[in-house]
Amino acid sequence: MAQNDPNLEKISPDMFKVVGGRFNETEQLSQKQVSFWKEVFYRFSQNKLALIGLVILFIIMGMAIVVPFVSQYSYDQNVGLYNTAPSAAHWFGTDDLARDMFVRVWEGARISLFIGLTAAAIDLVIGVLWGCIAGLSGGRVDNIMMRIADVLTAVPYLLVVIILLVVMEQGLIPLIIALSITGWVGMARIVRSEVLSIKNQEYVLASRTLGANKWHLIKRHLIPNAMGAIIVTMTLTIPSAIFTESFLSYLGLGVQAPMASWGTMASEGFKALTSAPWRLIFPAVFISLTIFAFNAVGDGLRDALDPKLRK
Amino acid sequence: MLGYIFKRLVYIIIAMYLIISATFFLMQLAPGSPFASERELPAAIEEQLNAKYGLDNPWYVQYKDYLVSTMTFDFGESMKYKGRSTNDIIAESFPISVALGLQAMILAIGLGVLLGIISALYHNKLPDYVSTVIAILGISVPSFILAGLLQYYLSFKAGWFPVSGWKGFTYTILPSLAIALGHAGSIAKLTRSSMLEQSNSDYVKLARAKGLGKWTTVFKHTLRNALLPVVTYLGPLLAGVITGSFVIEQIFAIPGLGRHFVTSITNRDYTVIMGTTVFFAIILLFAVLIVDILYSVIDPRIKLKGAKK
Amino acid sequence: MKKKVLEVKNLRINFKTYAGVVQAVRGVNFELYEGETLAIVGESGSGKSVTSNALMKLIPQPPGIYADGQILFNGKDIIPLSEKEMMRVRGNDIAMIFQDPMTALNPTMRIGLQITEVILKHKKVSTRDEAKQRAIQLLDQVGIPYPEKRFRAYPHELSGGMRQRVVIAIALAADPKLLIADEPTTALDVTIQAQILELMKEIQKKSNTSIIFITHDLGVVANIADRVAVMYAGQIVEYGTVNDIFYNPKHPYTWGLLGSMPDLDNDADELLRAIPGSPPNLISPPKGDAFASRNEFALAIDFEKEPPMFKVSDTHYAKTWLLHPDAPKIPLPESVARRIEGYQKEANNNGQ
Repeated sequence: MAQNDPNLEKISPDMFKVVGGRFNETEQLSQKQVSFWKEVFYRFSQNKLALIGLVILFIIMGMAIVVPFVSQYSYDQNVGLYNTAPSAAHWFGTDDLARDMFVRVWEGARISLFIGLTAAAIDLVIGVLWGCIAGLSGGRVDNIMMRIADVLTAVPYLLVVIILLVVMEQGLIPLIIALSITGWVGMARIVRSEVLSIKNQEYVLASRTLGANKWHLIKRHLIPNAMGAIIVTMTLTIPSAIFTESFLSYLGLGVQAPMASWGTMASEGFKALTSAPWRLIFPAVFISLTIFAFNAVGDGLRDALDPKLRK
Repeated sequence: MLGYIFKRLVYIIIAMYLIISATFFLMQLAPGSPFASERELPAAIEEQLNAKYGLDNPWYVQYKDYLVSTMTFDFGESMKYKGRSTNDIIAESFPISVALGLQAMILAIGLGVLLGIISALYHNKLPDYVSTVIAILGISVPSFILAGLLQYYLSFKAGWFPVSGWKGFTYTILPSLAIALGHAGSIAKLTRSSMLEQSNSDYVKLARAKGLGKWTTVFKHTLRNALLPVVTYLGPLLAGVITGSFVIEQIFAIPGLGRHFVTSITNRDYTVIMGTTVFFAIILLFAVLIVDILYSVIDPRIKLKGAKK
Repeated sequence: MKKKVLEVKNLRINFKTYAGVVQAVRGVNFELYEGETLAIVGESGSGKSVTSNALMKLIPQPPGIYADGQILFNGKDIIPLSEKEMMRVRGNDIAMIFQDPMTALNPTMRIGLQITEVILKHKKVSTRDEAKQRAIQLLDQVGIPYPEKRFRAYPHELSGGMRQRVVIAIALAADPKLLIADEPTTALDVTIQAQILELMKEIQKKSNTSIIFITHDLGVVANIADRVAVMYAGQIVEYGTVNDIFYNPKHPYTWGLLGSMPDLDNDADELLRAIPGSPPNLISPPKGDAFASRNEFALAIDFEKEPPMFKVSDTHYAKTWLLHPDAPKIPLPESVARRIEGYQKEANNNGQ
């Protein structure tokens, strides 16, 4: 054990004046104070996969917006060359109706992305409304609403979708309706659980403050907390919608020609797989990239918003 | 436990009723009739056919007839392939789909869990990255696209596997792989995060404090707890395998129930559509029930709602 | 002359993190003899848990780094031991009791098996049956009723107090010479707390085990400890017997701890002295005495140079410039002095 060291250097006596603590210093938080969203953003940017996904999304969306405007061909224009492999003039080749694949892929991007985003948006609206009403009402209303949700979950999703499409005739709107018809349940559950947890806190506060603050609390607490879960759920619904859309298109239940989504293009590409594989490969690659990108971003958001900080 | 099963059965019956009724009414609303797509039939014959299938009765009579026959599992005859009873079609093609489905599920679970464990144990090192990439590929590429690519590159070009049909074990490999890979990816992700979560828990630390080695700890402690969430995925897995079969059976020309379902939709073959839908729905609903019971058996902490232990 | 079971010399442990290198333990020294209980006291972030985990080399090596020092167990330094050799020490020579019995037990494994696992791993018996017998004996020893039946129980079927007894049984299974208890009673009700402490004292008396008891609760310290080490910001700032610390504390932080304890005998009007501020950032530990900025009695030199350990008596040391011969004599703060008076009176009343 270290003890009094006789060789201790002589220390000047005024070093032993009592000066007291520096309490202002210690009250400052040792780390820079960052706002909630900035912290979330920081954590998100640490996730390499999520960043890659984000970049891919920007590129794809950018191309989807720009290319059909700028391209010299339109998506249903006959360019005279049938089933040619990718070349300098036609970067993605041409199909059996002599249409330029490149512009068709990006036109298809618009449609597939539109379908995915709209279906997710509808799920969002219905889900949030349903979850809020169920959570805020509580009691029997809540019970009934969640029972309905349970039964809908039990029903096999794709069976319903396929049958609906058979009934409603094909087309863009029926497709979107069919896609959103059972997807909202997940969103509703999450919103409801957030509402319930906020409600419990709210009562405690409400007993101490005036009731008028209730809406304020909802705005200040419910929205930011639930927002995270809602955004994550939406981001993960979109790739599922795109996946299902391409699946349905393959079954012949997708959008009608000459409109083409990636799914219908993949479906047509299948038929020419042995002779013109690029007709399947390009839509397939972009479907996969988009699904991956949304999943990566969604996962990244979920990890970034997780209050249980790991590391 | 019995109380719980009983409650669930009631739910199943309600759900089945809704599905059956919904299917019926949707079929009623659907434009076109099974006979319309064929070449022009003389009006008299069409009338006769309609009468035979009861299609000219008012809807409520048809509904009653339908409910009655469904209860007795009489799904009637196929409207397209006259003389073939729906039940026969199902009985013939279902076993094939079962074989395909089971193989796909085993593949998905085996591959998925393996990848997940590797990822977790070599966290942030090379095996983790490789496994994660494979899992991502599985999730991102839709099964039918994967099927097409596998068929093109491995069967058509390389000739390693037969292109289509269902005549032996080698015929089953590509189709089950195509269905399984997507789910293997999800299972891998689930297993990985579950393993990582369990590895940080106190009982794992205690196991090491007892002097147990790294691998002993994983196999005797971490794994059992980490695999619990995977069991809950079994329900969606089965649903996914069934829907996967719809397309994969088409691509690989496998005479399974999925393919018949799809064809019956295109043909507007109502009896087969309804019969198959009811059949699939029953299977799925019972599968979810079995999984829930299984979960409670495996995890000693779970008490089923409404059950007494 | 009692045997020295453990000697820790100048232990330094760092952690590499994204934000920088955290110096969690900065030169810790202490000793422990056979049959003795050492209490390590401190607030969260003081380094007490890291120290105890380090004693069994349970710190994950990235990001943790054993930067310096020795841990001499029965005279042999265990830091250079390989993982395989360490596995023979863990559970066998040194065992650990965790804070939360709810999460310390594997929820899907029967508790009996969790005990026999230790016994079989360290080959204390030769057959499974013998292991089972011994496990049942242990369950009985830690005070669990119907041990033969409980052998097959799952953790969630037991109450919190029972679970902690099982955790203790697991720790004792291989007859360790040193028990490290990391806040074992924090998660329990006060009455159960008392039972567990009594149990541990009993065990110590019977098997002459040495115990390191980590806690932030001075009441527990008074109950169970022979010696006390007060930790702050990764260092031991005061070290002595339990009497030294409670009747003659020398470090301002110890004064703060004593003064901030709620006491039933306190005058209700008396203000509870809280220590203002929070512990320093250990990525860049402050120059000089780490406690200086929260110390109302800080000297000018406290902000410049780190104080050495000053000897108060053969058993009592404190790391504060106030003990330098040239330093002003600061009397004990009133509230602390009154507490100490109270303790002494109580001790006299109890005939100690």
